[in-house]
Amino acid sequence: MNQLLTSIQQILRQNSQGQAIDRRQFLKLAGVAGTSLLLIAPSSDNQAANINADNASTVGAVELNAFVSIASDGKITIYSSNPEMGQGIKTALPMIIAEELGADWTDVEVLQSPVDSARFGRHGAGGSTTIPRTFDQMRQLGASAREMLLIAGAISMELPKNELVTRLSQVVHPPTGNFMRFGQLAALAAKQPLPNAKTLAYKKAEDYTLIGTSVTGVDNLEITTGAALFGIDTQIPDMLYAIYHKCPAIGGKVINANIDQIKKLPGIKDAFILKGNDNVRELLDGVAIVGSNTWAVFKAQQQLVVEWDEADASKDNWPAMVKQAEALAKTTGATTVLDKGKPEKQFTDPENTTLEAFYEYPFVAHLCLEPMNCTASYQTGTAGGKDTLELWIPTQAPERAYQVTQGLFDLDNDQVLIHQMRLGGSFGRRIYNEYVCEATAISKRMNAPVKLTWRREDDIQHDFYRVGGFQAVKGAINSNGQLVAFKDHFIGMLNNGKAVSGSRIHATEFPAQNIRHAHISKTMLEIGTPCGPWRAPGSNTSAFVIQSFLHELALAGKRDHLDFLLELMGEPRWFESGNIRSLNTGRASAVIRLAAEKAGWGGKLAAGHGLGLAFYFSHAAHVAEVAEVSVDSAKKLTVHKVTVAVDVGPIINMSGALSQVSGAVIDGLSTMMGQKITMQQGRIEQSNLHDYKVLRMPSVPIINTHFIQSKYPPTGLGEPALPPLAPAIGNAIFAATGERVRKMPLAELGYTI
Amino acid sequence: MTIEFTLNGKPVSTDDDPATPLLWVVRGSFKLKGSKFGCGMGLCGACTMHIDGAAVKTCILPVASVAGKEITTIEGMGSADNMHPLQQAWVEISVPQCGYCQSGQIMAAASLLKNNPAPTAADVDAGMAGNICRCGCYPRIKQAILNVARLNVAQLKLDEPALAYNASDEVTP
Repeated sequence: MNQLLTSIQQILRQNSQGQAIDRRQFLKLAGVAGTSLLLIAPSSDNQAANINADNASTVGAVELNAFVSIASDGKITIYSSNPEMGQGIKTALPMIIAEELGADWTDVEVLQSPVDSARFGRHGAGGSTTIPRTFDQMRQLGASAREMLLIAGAISMELPKNELVTRLSQVVHPPTGNFMRFGQLAALAAKQPLPNAKTLAYKKAEDYTLIGTSVTGVDNLEITTGAALFGIDTQIPDMLYAIYHKCPAIGGKVINANIDQIKKLPGIKDAFILKGNDNVRELLDGVAIVGSNTWAVFKAQQQLVVEWDEADASKDNWPAMVKQAEALAKTTGATTVLDKGKPEKQFTDPENTTLEAFYEYPFVAHLCLEPMNCTASYQTGTAGGKDTLELWIPTQAPERAYQVTQGLFDLDNDQVLIHQMRLGGSFGRRIYNEYVCEATAISKRMNAPVKLTWRREDDIQHDFYRVGGFQAVKGAINSNGQLVAFKDHFIGMLNNGKAVSGSRIHATEFPAQNIRHAHISKTMLEIGTPCGPWRAPGSNTSAFVIQSFLHELALAGKRDHLDFLLELMGEPRWFESGNIRSLNTGRASAVIRLAAEKAGWGGKLAAGHGLGLAFYFSHAAHVAEVAEVSVDSAKKLTVHKVTVAVDVGPIINMSGALSQVSGAVIDGLSTMMGQKITMQQGRIEQSNLHDYKVLRMPSVPIINTHFIQSKYPPTGLGEPALPPLAPAIGNAIFAATGERVRKMPLAELGYTI
Repeated sequence: MTIEFTLNGKPVSTDDDPATPLLWVVRGSFKLKGSKFGCGMGLCGACTMHIDGAAVKTCILPVASVAGKEITTIEGMGSADNMHPLQQAWVEISVPQCGYCQSGQIMAAASLLKNNPAPTAADVDAGMAGNICRCGCYPRIKQAILNVARLNVAQLKLDEPALAYNASDEVTP
């Protein structure tokens, strides 16, 4: 990496001396001569051959395709093209390639790829979509490289190709035991024509030796020894350090600031007002302070006095939103989302028991432990040369950086070089790249490389929050204790007239699809607080409401919650057969049964303990969770155990999958317990970990995870284990104490943990 | 004012503003990036280093206060070729998710084990309560510490079984 940075610096220096920047030259020096993504976006064979030869002479290794290179010493390099933020794809995706290739995993080195979508396909991660989106592509890349090695093996060993197999980084002839190592064959393999993707053979799942095992994360050595990996660790020569101070009421504009005073402070090189473009996802007005180190600019920020024009700024006020929603709860929503059967008739039928409830959930912040940051090196072209921009970004959406730098700074893609850095957490936060725009604007103004680092306070107060909201729900139970009608008035939020991420309810929301009479409506409130995706958007709050309310309904019908849920699922059926995003009641029932069985549902519990069950389908995953809790007389909650059953199809990296599940459970509990963002006059009232609490080790329950590795295609696991946690805890609290939880966070209801 | 101290075994000096927190001196002037900035209030533990052997949060600790002292950062604990047992344990069971807090966690764990070579699970909870892991890697952090404790102490008796990270819990019908 250091070598790479040095090379790029050389090029940038050359460029500043008037030479046009050459993107291909960048990539060559990085040892990764650019080709098209051979399988996904095929290029001509000639081009591929030239580049392979070129690359071989440069780095002594040959490319078998865009993702796979093999060196003569047997080292296999696999690129990971998507951002790694802790979800584990930098390990899992190369595992899929290595499995098909027949590589010995200990020979594999995984590198983060350059950002080049022509070569690597789409870069980006979000929505738990990376595994389902790329599983077949990764298999294809591995199988294609294997095919080239087999051909090379057949030529070199003078044996029929169809008698050869790959395993442990060797091409092997099982009848004779003859073999050659990948390293010996790589040069010849690279000269073979690219196999036709349509005729490639794939391993059978039962023959997998790597997929499904537990593999330690590929960056773990660097992480545990403190190597510089993350965006915030970027260090480039002659770099300056910056903060960017925006209006605490989101969207306020700078009238003036004590710039001259700030400039005189120790370690400060410059301070200036930047005019934004009023787009919160790009560049808002603010004051930049640039200095010789991060601490100096942090300290100077404390001295900054800004006069703000808040005419167009957010005026949001959380207590007012609650009041408005409570009034709306008594009505039906302005927009009908679903109207099927005759729910009102069911609600007024004297034979039925009707229940109503009002649920509330707050805004929450992402609190990535690595605060927002970006290093930008904007260089003005000289002697007619074009301007260039080099960016080191921890981001979920590297390609968006091209869009925003084009829009704001008029830079074409070939003027921008992006390095994807490891992300110190994201959870949906770094889908938006406003910190990239800020760093770029400051670097451009300084005509020097600048690292922008946000303080924690800036990070909490300028987030794209998980949207808060409300749901007024109603259900009818017949005399047999069956759910016969369900109604939901969803009260959500709009930014500039558009529903924000997570503020949506669908006609397919469980259990509306499963019963004959259902009504879903919504009322949307315009707010100024920016919102964005937060781990399982929408699902993480709707699961709390609906899975808690279903427990209320089960009890109203004098039913066991497990039986009640299984009855709702009914016979195994897939509502939209073939669509992984559609509920499959067979898979749902299986995880519900498994979680209940493993948690000891229906068995004897310790005195004072309660079990709570919840199921949720999101991100193509069927997940059920059972929480076991107790609550003492001072309302101190102890979560003893959470049992999780998951069906996401086959597991790629068992270690990573278990981490995602337990991480989601802990995140869910942490959020439910104590996290809430509130606004007064558009200002976020929380600022750091003293008033925005994160769960710590002593409060963490035992988490037992069980996977049903069904034969469906594998799907993502970054998000879907989170939504069932809150209702499972709420239902368990009710079982233990008789107190119903209809509001998060629990701290507001007097609970501690 | 020049402040002298020992950093990972080497004598060093800095002319940084004496009020600068040690974290920023180490990350900035000495270019050691393993210790992280998380909160700036001493509440998350990502910046944990050892000062004369004790784990300290350095994002709020003025560098002036470490004059003459011995500072150890994650980079001084072990290298890829010569890892500390805790670093090995972390890799063996793949503790990290995003990884950002982990150097602070390892520094806190090393201090915990130094003071108590045979901790119970409850001791680990109490000793590690100052370090946040936003991804929720706590069960594996705890298990990695207990694994090292088990290696270190021949007759270790744990009052609770190590938390579940094992494949036996998984089912494949």
